[in-house]
Amino acid sequence: MGAQVVPLESLLSARTVWRAGRQAAPAPLGESTGFAALDALLPHGGWPQGALSELLIPVEGVGELTLLMPTIARMTQAGRLVALIAPPFCPYAPAWQRAGVDLRHLEIVDTNAQAGSKGPLSKSALWAFEQCLRSAAFSAVLGWPSNADGPALRRLQVAADTGECLGFAVRDSRHADNPSPAALRIERVENDWRIRKCRGGQIPSQGFAPPLHAGLPG
Amino acid sequence: MLWACIRLPHLALDAVLRDVDDRAHPLALVTGPAQLRTLLSVNASAAEAGLRPGMRLTAANALCAQATLRDHDEQRDARAHRFLAAWAYRHSSLVSAQWPGAIVLEASASFRLFGPWPQLEAKLRRELDALGFQHRIALAPTPRAAQVFAGLRDGYALSDRNALASTLDRVPIRRAALPDEAGVRLHRMGIGSLKELRELPRDGIRRRFGLPLLEHLDRLYGIADDPLDCYQPPDHFDSRVELGYEVESHQALLFPLRRLVNDLAVYLSTRDGGVQRFVIRLEHEVLRREAGVREKSHTDVQVGLLAAERDASLLMDIARNRLEQASIDKPVVGLRLLARELPPFVPAARDLFDTRPSQAMPWPQLRERLRARLGDDAVYRIAPTGDPRPERAWRAAGIDEDAACDAPAPVRPPRPTWLLEHPVPLRLSGLRIVSGPERLESGWWDDDDVRRDYYVLETPQGQRAWVFADPGKRGEWMLHGWFA
Repeated sequence: MGAQVVPLESLLSARTVWRAGRQAAPAPLGESTGFAALDALLPHGGWPQGALSELLIPVEGVGELTLLMPTIARMTQAGRLVALIAPPFCPYAPAWQRAGVDLRHLEIVDTNAQAGSKGPLSKSALWAFEQCLRSAAFSAVLGWPSNADGPALRRLQVAADTGECLGFAVRDSRHADNPSPAALRIERVENDWRIRKCRGGQIPSQGFAPPLHAGLPG
Repeated sequence: MLWACIRLPHLALDAVLRDVDDRAHPLALVTGPAQLRTLLSVNASAAEAGLRPGMRLTAANALCAQATLRDHDEQRDARAHRFLAAWAYRHSSLVSAQWPGAIVLEASASFRLFGPWPQLEAKLRRELDALGFQHRIALAPTPRAAQVFAGLRDGYALSDRNALASTLDRVPIRRAALPDEAGVRLHRMGIGSLKELRELPRDGIRRRFGLPLLEHLDRLYGIADDPLDCYQPPDHFDSRVELGYEVESHQALLFPLRRLVNDLAVYLSTRDGGVQRFVIRLEHEVLRREAGVREKSHTDVQVGLLAAERDASLLMDIARNRLEQASIDKPVVGLRLLARELPPFVPAARDLFDTRPSQAMPWPQLRERLRARLGDDAVYRIAPTGDPRPERAWRAAGIDEDAACDAPAPVRPPRPTWLLEHPVPLRLSGLRIVSGPERLESGWWDDDDVRRDYYVLETPQGQRAWVFADPGKRGEWMLHGWFA
């Protein structure tokens, strides 16, 4: 019985095995978040490429867009498309523009336009999310699959991998204890973003406190 | 130039027989008013049974009761005529179907491609036989002469222009296909052939028969040019599939639909065009028992795209999604695809060294797919507008509104990234006012007057809310947005 010999280097480069306690990923494979402090915490120096990232929030409006806005702004300014799939509220154009987003490259897919599929958790929202991730037409796709189960999230993760696209799934914090196939899970706790899971690195112990609500007083 | 004329003596009958399975069964076309139904045309087996064109329907029923009787439909004849013109267009670029029951095409220019006339003629006959149309073909230096020869002798070919006049001179006057029955009248006047007619003083002919006859003669002999109405391939796509059985499920319609869409894609690629809008027409036929008639109706499924496309699989994908959303409440007996607007198609340029994944789908195609499933308004962009009222300070922008999306919004105090479509009351304790008030008073010009004080509040959970209250009524918060 000759076990197949796999060199350690290949495992390391495939990130199936990583060294504990060391800063892995020599090259910044990730897409910078725009926050230097957060980039330093993440194993690839940013959002994982071609993967699903999960943002877990207790309620809407705690700064989930503030966290993503620098990424969206940078991408749209470079002419790369970003899609919002069934956002829970209207993205308010003046504010997004103020945040530096080039609205010409921001596409909104509204799954409520069709009669009979109310609610952002509908099947068509998941379908549209997966289509957009898979298509490679977008650099980043944001979705709010609040009621998606494990298999559905796995599909999204595979789609993001196929389309080599950044997928952001914003979900409720109550899903934090359930396992998820997402490459990165980051949860809002109090005023911090805490990393719950990150593929290819150790979970950092400290959290990241973004400049709260950029552009607002107090 | 040499003109070939294909005469179709039994166009109406052949057009019907094409759709009939059992051609050996006696069949007759019936025409005329309800009181005086007569046979227009009969097929061979009906003729054997003794039926003759012009016979009264009652007599025909008595002679051959089992004969199938079909109503004569002039539109069907016209369709068959157009179809044959389109077919002839494959053999020549100059085709005319201006004379009823005949197709004229210029042949000499096609000799290099198809070989000399005997070969081309054999090819024409072979294809017409396959299509199921009886025909008579003749060749002559002018189109009208070809038409006359085709009526006189099937297969006659005269390519020598100098011999044209002497040959035509011998044609009996009644067989010369003269306009307005002039042949019969001339015959009664004692004129026997075209030669004798030509020897009459032109002035007298003009006075008795009018100018058209003289013009016809000149064109027949090639003395005057003969401007023909040349056939133009249609500028729209219209194709139909008869299902032959009643269909009530979407699944069963997909196969014929795929055929139609593929035909459309082929048609588009030959035109080097695209399609932006087409209609899938589901044809119903309901038998009204009490009236004893078949009632025809149809359901239209509109398919609209944002940009012209011609890829068969994409069109099928979209057509299928639209069809699946349509409800089929009556059985479908026929499927028709109509495309009238065929704008030029501009294929998207692809980079040779594009490193995108193989399953990639460009955004325009993906957008059509999303719209097909989610609705026409499902995909949009947002653009700021100048209105101070928050709910009107943005709008959805379409595909060609880059400038609107790029226009900078007026500078105002910080605005939330999420806006609630309809403000809702915010009833929470422990709210802390972060900033405000910002008085908004606007809209007096369009009767949607707004007078609000906007505040930024912080909730106990750390959210920043954008709320408003009526001036002076602090505490009755209406939530209008989140600084997410």
